[in-house]
Amino acid sequence: MLRLTRGARVALGAVVGVVLVFMYVPLMLVIVNSFNAARIPSWPIEEFSLRWWEAAFANEALWTAVGNSVIVGLGAMVIALLLGTLSAFALQRFDFFGKQTVNLLIVLPIALPGVVTGVAFSNTYNNVLEPIGIQLGYFGMIVAHATFCIVMVFNNVFARLRRMSPSMQEASMDLGASLWQTFRLVTFPQFRTAFVAGALLAFALSFDELVVTIFTAPAGVDTLPLWIFNQMSRPNEATQVNVIATVLILLSFIPVYVSQRLTRAEEDER
Amino acid sequence: MTSTATKPVSTMLYRSRRLRLGSLLTLPLVWLVGLYIASLALLLATAFWRVDPFTSKVTPAFQFDAFEQLLSNQAYLSTSLRTLGIALTVTLVSAAFAIPLGIYMAKIASPWMRGFLAVAITLPLWAGYLVKILAMRVTFTEEGFFNSFFGVFGISGPGFSQTTVVLTLTYLWFPYMALPVYTAIRQIPVNLFDASADLGARGWTTIRTVVMPLLAPALIAGSVFTFSLSLGDYIAAELVGGRTQMIGSVIANNINLNPPVAAAFALVPIAFVVLYLLGTRRTGALERM
Repeated sequence: MLRLTRGARVALGAVVGVVLVFMYVPLMLVIVNSFNAARIPSWPIEEFSLRWWEAAFANEALWTAVGNSVIVGLGAMVIALLLGTLSAFALQRFDFFGKQTVNLLIVLPIALPGVVTGVAFSNTYNNVLEPIGIQLGYFGMIVAHATFCIVMVFNNVFARLRRMSPSMQEASMDLGASLWQTFRLVTFPQFRTAFVAGALLAFALSFDELVVTIFTAPAGVDTLPLWIFNQMSRPNEATQVNVIATVLILLSFIPVYVSQRLTRAEEDER
Repeated sequence: MTSTATKPVSTMLYRSRRLRLGSLLTLPLVWLVGLYIASLALLLATAFWRVDPFTSKVTPAFQFDAFEQLLSNQAYLSTSLRTLGIALTVTLVSAAFAIPLGIYMAKIASPWMRGFLAVAITLPLWAGYLVKILAMRVTFTEEGFFNSFFGVFGISGPGFSQTTVVLTLTYLWFPYMALPVYTAIRQIPVNLFDASADLGARGWTTIRTVVMPLLAPALIAGSVFTFSLSLGDYIAAELVGGRTQMIGSVIANNINLNPPVAAAFALVPIAFVVLYLLGTRRTGALERM
């Protein structure tokens, strides 16, 4: 046992209290401020009202931005699932020259600052592809997002593959199943939860991404973070931002719940 | 051999290891090298290009003007140092709070409390990047909660300043430090604590001589996130930093006006992150992440 004096326990408890207050009071302020009738966030709140909630739900630009974010997130997720799973299998099942380098390549897009990645892609789109007549437009944004989402799928699938025994697949192949049958019936069910977790993380990462989007979004197209950012840059019009932020805070319970369920499912499988 | 005839693809792949590896790696490599690395290389090449002073168009060349501008301008140097300082402060503050939090969660809290705190730390990770910056804005704005609440005691908040940038970045990346530190403390075998106590060590001595050395890998792993994420950020500086400029701000502001300078300056965070990763790699902490 760790022997701590009463004073030390109280001190540690106090630090935990400070951390929780620091983490949650600002989020609560956002929620409360979404009901603030005033134009500028202020404290104490003098008059409560639902006017910004009504305005936000009637705001078509906001809904379009949400739609764009969902499309980009799903597109990036699908590409990341494909590329992340392929590379996880390659790096987990094979030893080859340059393996470390490939690993680094997968991590690099998320390790480097978003502004570098964003600027690099926009430079290629505007100065290389456009002059030769290739307009990526909307798809360019998906391509950039997918690139830094690969690592999420890769990490999850790779970690699971490491714990899986290859003998089941060998048995399947020995019994005459094709590669595809083996993958579909034997291999995939074993790493399905990791696959889903990777997909969820990739989507969430893309849905939340701002900096890369700033540089790769085609003119006039807003994703949700881009819309929020533009509103926040004009402080006097940021009223509806509190509303959408409140919704996002409430939505963040879903992935936490799902990840708890996934961990439990994983423990059952073992 | 009927299977050879009916499953030609499977058989062919089964026989050739190289073909199997190739079919797995081709797509990811085409994407990552052909698109991403090529884009990065092209951006860095732009650093050596020439801006036409009249049309302000960029043309391929091989000159060091952009680098000379960076080195001769005092503002770029101070921005780099300021950003480095902010990233290091965020890392230190995060560690200073993550360690006591981790000790409390792993060693003092009841199982229920432990589960509650684990969720409480993870939840804000999902709440969204801009949501958290907005939360800091609402807290520290002129008429906001902090000034009104602490104003009673005669304390006025940092407003929108470099301090608020540090607080905001800590707010954003703290869970990335707290979670590995907590996991590491939980993984320390219980009998080490017993042995330490049996040998007469008090709590603080055990923490200093047993826990802290075993925490090093987790602290390094966490610091990779807090450091590199803070280093590359410029949105926090723009939204809560007042007039604070970070490396990212300079890159973002110059990319249209003076692409070579933006490209050359992009090398600075890349260099910092790579140096930091190489430094931590020597400790072997990354393999255990």
